Amino acid sequence: MRVTLLGPQRRPTLDGVVASLGLDGPIATITAGWQEREPDDAELSERLGSRDLNLALYRRWLDVQENDPEFAAAQRQLDGVLDQTADLYLLRLDHALQAVYAVARRGGSERLRAEALAESITAVSELDAAHLHRVNGIRGEFYARWQPHSRPVIAEHRDSVADVLGAATAVVIAGGHVGVLTDALHLFNVAPLLPGTVIAWSAGAMALTDLIVLFGDRSAQGPGHAEVYGAGLSVLSGLVLLPHARARLLIDDAPRMSVFAARFAPARCVLLESGARLDTDSAGACPPGTLILAGDGRVTALEAA
Amino acid sequence: MTAVQAARRPAVSRKLAITRLRERRPLEPAMVDRFLDRHEVPIVEGARCTFLYRGDADAVQLINRVVGLPEHIPLRRLHGTDLWYLVLELPEGSRIEYSLEVAHGDQRERINDPLNPRLAHSPVGSSSVCYARGYQVPQWSKPDPDARPGTLVDLTVPSRALRRDCQVTMYLPARYRRTGRYPLLIVHDGADYLRYAAAKTVLDNLIHSLDVAETVVAFSSPAGDRLVEYANSAAHARFLTAELLPRLESELPLVGTPAARCLMGASFGAVASLSAAYRHPGVYGSLLLQSGSFVFTDIGNDHGGGPAFEPVVRFVNRYRAAPRRVADRVFVSCGVYEPLIIRNRSMVPVFEAAGMAVRYVEARDGHSWENWRDRMREGLSWIFPGPGKFVYE
Repeated sequence: MRVTLLGPQRRPTLDGVVASLGLDGPIATITAGWQEREPDDAELSERLGSRDLNLALYRRWLDVQENDPEFAAAQRQLDGVLDQTADLYLLRLDHALQAVYAVARRGGSERLRAEALAESITAVSELDAAHLHRVNGIRGEFYARWQPHSRPVIAEHRDSVADVLGAATAVVIAGGHVGVLTDALHLFNVAPLLPGTVIAWSAGAMALTDLIVLFGDRSAQGPGHAEVYGAGLSVLSGLVLLPHARARLLIDDAPRMSVFAARFAPARCVLLESGARLDTDSAGACPPGTLILAGDGRVTALEAA
Repeated sequence: MTAVQAARRPAVSRKLAITRLRERRPLEPAMVDRFLDRHEVPIVEGARCTFLYRGDADAVQLINRVVGLPEHIPLRRLHGTDLWYLVLELPEGSRIEYSLEVAHGDQRERINDPLNPRLAHSPVGSSSVCYARGYQVPQWSKPDPDARPGTLVDLTVPSRALRRDCQVTMYLPARYRRTGRYPLLIVHDGADYLRYAAAKTVLDNLIHSLDVAETVVAFSSPAGDRLVEYANSAAHARFLTAELLPRLESELPLVGTPAARCLMGASFGAVASLSAAYRHPGVYGSLLLQSGSFVFTDIGNDHGGGPAFEPVVRFVNRYRAAPRRVADRVFVSCGVYEPLIIRNRSMVPVFEAAGMAVRYVEARDGHSWENWRDRMREGLSWIFPGPGKFVYE
C-alpha cells in the first residue's frame, strides 16, 4: 500500500499531491473527523477535481445511533468504560511523569541520575504500553460480543462503504476529531477495504497508525502530558504522528521533548507541519528530510541512510 | 533606527501625568480640561494608577474593599483647581472595584467615578472598576460571532423539600441532540451568573474553542431567602439531589454518573455546593467553588460574619474537624483582595487531606462577579475538559 501523509491543509497542498501520484478514477473521501461539518466538503471536492465520493461515515454513525439503539447503548457503555480507563491511566501517568521530571531536576552524581532517569522513563513507557493493551482488549471484547457485522443496520452501511471503496482508486482521509474518526473507521471496517493509495493528514494520518498519541501543551490548563489514546487502523506501524507539533507542543523545551521521544521509542515521533509530505509504506519507512523528535529532544531532519 | 537617532530622541518622562500637571505654573482651568480630554481615568502608568475627581467639594475619598488598603483613601486637591487626585500602586494584573465619596460640609454622597466609564454590576448595584497594568477582560468572555450559541430554556421545578416552585434556567449547548450524552453542571445563583458573569457567552465561547466539553447547565436560583437556603440547608441539598437531579437525568440526555456531575457556586453558593455534596457523598464528582464563604473559627465564637454566618461556621468547623471526601475533584478560586482569601487558602489543604484532587487559583481581584467570570475558563476546562486534545485539523 502506498501511503502519503501530509501536514495540516489550511494552506492546501492536496491537489498538487494528487496530481503527482498520477491517480485515475474516483477517490473516496472520509471527513468523519469534522463531525457535523462532514458534508461541508465542497473545497475538498474541488481540489480532487470533483471525482470524490464521500463515505459519509459520521452520518452513518449517527444513523446507527438512531436506528440500532441496543448497539448505541452498548457503545455508550463502552465509552464510559474507556473514559474511566483513561482517567485512571492519566492519574498514574501524572505521577509517573512527575517522577521523571523530579529525577531530572535532582543534583548529585550524573551517572546515578541518568540511570534513575532511564528507569523512570521505562516505567512510563510500560504504563503507556499497558494502557494501549488494556484499551485494545476492551475494544476487542466489545466487538467480539456485539459483532457489528451481524447487526443489520451496521451491516448495510458496511456493504455500502465497501461498494464505494471497491470502486475507488485512492482514499483521502481528512483531519478533525481523531476519536470520532477512529471509531467510525473501526465501526465500518474500513481497514481491509482500503485501496492501494491512501492520502491523509492531521487526525486522518494519526488514525492510520497503531499508536495514537494525544498531545497539547497550550491548553487552558497549560502544558499537558502526552497520552496514549489507542490504536488506529494499524496501516502504519512504528510512527507516532505529531500534526501541528510546533503550534501544539513546547517544542523548544528539549528536555521535555526528549522524554516524549524516549517514551515512545523505538517508534519515531514524526512532525507533520503545514506543507509537509511524507511518502511511506506500511512499515513506516521515513524518507530523508522527514522531521522527527530526536533522542535529545531536538527537531531533526532524517538523513539518507 | 540608528544608535545616534535613538540618542537624539527626547527622553521619555518618568514623571506621572498628574505630577507634570502639578508642575505647571500658572495652572489654568483650560489645562485641566485638556488634561482630562487626553487621559483615560484612572490613568494607568506602570504600576501606578491615578484616580481623579473634578468638582467642588470639601473632601473626596476613594472607597474600596481591597484587603490591605484602607477602606477610605482621601484624594488631594490640586492647588488652585477643582481637580482631586490620588495615586495608588497596584500590582500587575489587578482589577479593583471602587466608588468615590464626595463631601460637602456634613453631606456625603457616594457615587461611581464620573470620569471612568467602566462599571461592574452586581445584584446590589454597580461600582467603578480600575484595570491595572496587565489586566485584560478575557476575549472568551465577550460575544464571538463565530461561536454557535447554546439555548436557554426556563424550567419550573416544584420542590417538596423547599415547599415552593424553583426557577431553573437550562443551558443546552449548540449542536445539542437527543442521542448525545452530556455532563451536567448545576450552578447556584444561576440568574446572577447569567446576568453579571456573562455565563452564557462564556459557555458558548469555551465550548466553541474546544476548551470545555459540550455541557448541559442548570442555572438554579434561590427559591427563598438565599442566606438561609445556601447556608448548609438540608432542604436545599435535598432539592438538588433528590428532586432537581433525578428530573434532569430523566428528561435530558445526561451521562448520569458522578464523574459527569458538578456543583458550582460563588460565595454562599460555594458553601451550598460543598454542603450538598457533603450531605450526599458520591453523587457529585466535581465541585467548582469560587470565593467560598468558608468562614470558620479555630477557637472561640468570634467569626465576624454576623448571624447569617452562624450555620456556615458550624458546618465549616465540623468539616474542618473531620474532613470528608465528598467529590473526586475540587476547583477552588479566590481573589487575593477579598477578606475570604485566608479562609479559602485554609480550605485547600483540608480538601487535599480528605483525598480530593484540588486545583486552586488566586487572582488579583475582589469578591466580584467579574472575578468569578474570569476564572471560569480555568475551572470549567479542568472539571469538564473539552475535546481540544482530540482535534487535529
